[in-house]
Amino acid sequence: MKKLHATTLALCLCAAALALAYAKITTLGLPLLPGQLEPVWSIEAKVEFDAARRAAVIDFDIPDRLGDFVRLDEYFISRDYGLNVVTTNRDRRAEWSTRRAQGSQRLYYRIEVVPQTADESADTARARPPKAPAQPIYQEPLASAIQDVLGDVRAESANVFTFVSQTLVKLNAPSPDGNVLVIRDNLDTDSEAWVERLIYVLAGARITARMVRGVMLEDRSANQRLTPWLEIHNGERWAGFDPRTGNRGYPENFLRWSVGSDPVLKLEGGRNANVSFAVSRYAQSLTTVARQRAEANQSWLANTLLFNLPVNTQNLYRVLLMVPLGALVVAFVRTIIGLPTLGTFMPILVAIAFRETELAWGIGLFVLITACGLSLRFYLERLQLLLVPRLASVLTLVILIMLVISLLSSQLGIDKGFSIALFPIVILTMVIEHMSVIWEESGPAAAIKEGTGSLIVAILGYLVMKDEYLTHVMFLFPETLLVLLAVFIVMGRYTGYRLTEVWRFKDIVEDGSARPHS
Amino acid sequence: MLGRIRKLIAAGVVGLNNRNRGYIAPHNPRKLYARVDDKVETKRLAIGAGIAVPELYGLIYSVREAKDFAGMVDGRRDFVVKPARGSGGKGILVITDRRRDMYIKGDGHALTAAEVEHHIQNVLGGVYSLGGHPDQAIIEYRVKFDPVFEQVSYRGVPDIRVLVYRGVPAMAMLRLPTRASDGRANLHQGAVGCGIDMLSGVTTLAVCKNRRIAEHPDFGTALGGLAIPGWQELLLLAARCQELAPLGYLGVDMVLDANLGPLVLELNARPGLAIQIANGRGLRGTLNAIDAAAPLPSEPGARVGVLRGFFESLLAH
Repeated sequence: MKKLHATTLALCLCAAALALAYAKITTLGLPLLPGQLEPVWSIEAKVEFDAARRAAVIDFDIPDRLGDFVRLDEYFISRDYGLNVVTTNRDRRAEWSTRRAQGSQRLYYRIEVVPQTADESADTARARPPKAPAQPIYQEPLASAIQDVLGDVRAESANVFTFVSQTLVKLNAPSPDGNVLVIRDNLDTDSEAWVERLIYVLAGARITARMVRGVMLEDRSANQRLTPWLEIHNGERWAGFDPRTGNRGYPENFLRWSVGSDPVLKLEGGRNANVSFAVSRYAQSLTTVARQRAEANQSWLANTLLFNLPVNTQNLYRVLLMVPLGALVVAFVRTIIGLPTLGTFMPILVAIAFRETELAWGIGLFVLITACGLSLRFYLERLQLLLVPRLASVLTLVILIMLVISLLSSQLGIDKGFSIALFPIVILTMVIEHMSVIWEESGPAAAIKEGTGSLIVAILGYLVMKDEYLTHVMFLFPETLLVLLAVFIVMGRYTGYRLTEVWRFKDIVEDGSARPHS
Repeated sequence: MLGRIRKLIAAGVVGLNNRNRGYIAPHNPRKLYARVDDKVETKRLAIGAGIAVPELYGLIYSVREAKDFAGMVDGRRDFVVKPARGSGGKGILVITDRRRDMYIKGDGHALTAAEVEHHIQNVLGGVYSLGGHPDQAIIEYRVKFDPVFEQVSYRGVPDIRVLVYRGVPAMAMLRLPTRASDGRANLHQGAVGCGIDMLSGVTTLAVCKNRRIAEHPDFGTALGGLAIPGWQELLLLAARCQELAPLGYLGVDMVLDANLGPLVLELNARPGLAIQIANGRGLRGTLNAIDAAAPLPSEPGARVGVLRGFFESLLAH
């Protein structure tokens, strides 16, 4: 019954931790491995115009809903211009204005985006489908051409999307018939005018269509223009179509910049307005990206990240979260392997100190301080002092030794000495006392053996607590603590032999004279 | 490795994890530990129950009283100083003789009164106590052990450890001090443990430092076949000790005094497992048999009978 209880509890803890970690990985894109890089796209829009020696107002469409991407940051670079960002239901526009501008003007807008993680990219907005357009009244010969084309396609298609696709294929055919030529009207299929024409044609079948413009994310491309694309609504959702081929979907790395046919840039008080785009890509730590993405998405999970804490506290937790792992090492060594240590958690405290001093220095300091402390302890024994004053003397000596080391190392220009301040002096004092009792009771060999054993466990603990991968996982997924708790519960119910016991009890079963009974 | 583990399981060897969770946790209520961890309390309870213990010469509670020990041992040639809450035989000072103002230790070293006082102060400060808590020092009668063990013990006092499970003596060993153990009878300090046949009280195998031996490491005398005088009386005494502290898993340490007969030295709420090596068999079979015999009789003699019945039935097979 108790066994079932413990197992269930352990499983529940593990399940809870895994569920939380899974949610964080999928929705926030938190990386399981440290040091992973994620590409961040930086898109810079350059707005140029010639000012006409009077007040100028520039109205520039800037991205709002990015679809498959998440905005990490944006910058407006516009000296001498006042800036006002207007967000409406449909779009977001930057309004730059100045009282007086002269000569050629340049304004920049830069946005940094990363790809959206799978879960959040599903477009959940669009509660109400847009109203279908009224059928336009076409002029001849366009009217009959459109009627013929739409009539042909209607016979071959099952729904709105296939209808649109078929229409586009027909209108882009390499060997067009007369009707198609009339509709094409020599328009360039890469142009916005062609997309406008398609929308106009499709309105003949009362199909809701709109133009979107986007930037193609290609590293180091400059002077890019916006690529027009066609979007169709089938009564439920929007879908993108290639205006040149009729293929459904969007190009890879297509960043939607604006929606609708309205011009991206409107200028008052100037001429020769022009906008061009430059795209570059750089790598950023995946952790940083995930964190910014979490903030941008305003996910509740983002609140569970330790990045929200003040930096000092964060650093504290980077150490604290590792302590249970050190405890795991001690618990494992003591209950499964069966090696004794001086004090239950002394090795952990020493291991934490090693983090500050680095391993070689730490071991040296530990041995030096313990050796000096033991010598003093044996000397004080001759003075026959009472226990607590004697412990206090050893403690004082430990601090003195550390002080001397710090002074010496600063004289020699080694700055490592200073970090020993975190050495657990009280624990060291107890270690010295404990070792000296073992020394007296069981001889120096036993004392040194136990001291060395503890040092080895401390080193193991240090290696685990210092591990870059584990530090990363513990800090990003503190729910791992629940898993550790489960491990401790299971380990606490282990009643099998300790490894050292297999050796210890060897003679019971392997002496030839082993007798199962009396 | 796996094969050896399987053999240990087959031999019914109980490991430390199993002892702690399977026997100590369910059978030894923590609130009773004070009765056995504090030897003063044990002694008081034993006297109340009419169980013989080494005579108490005096108790020292505070550092200021440390020098009073001289008055307590006035007129006595020998005595023992031990911490009331010591563990594993730590901090026991045995004075075997006195010469002028000096106190002669078991190993022949002479100590001044100040040195004895310092030892007492260390005891009071908690150097040897469980968890380092301040402690009391017990000054008591030094056991003059029975001459039957003369040939097999080095200096200190050999004692008999009986493991009492739910009031039934389950396994026993004779613990003999060696040079390595510095005259102490604790196995982890290098003393010899001899398994004892529960029916006859004759030693069987012996173990030292976890390894099987046949002869005493210091004297080369044979360790098997020693008959322990008054064995049945010792078993009964061990069974009675369960009433002092109703711990289900209890170690009873007894000595055979040349003049006073069996005395209870101390009780142990966490008796070690080396007793299995000394006896060359695992504990589990016996412990299971005792569990199977429940409900156990309340009369100590009858409980010893339960054990006898178990071993006799084994012999019959």
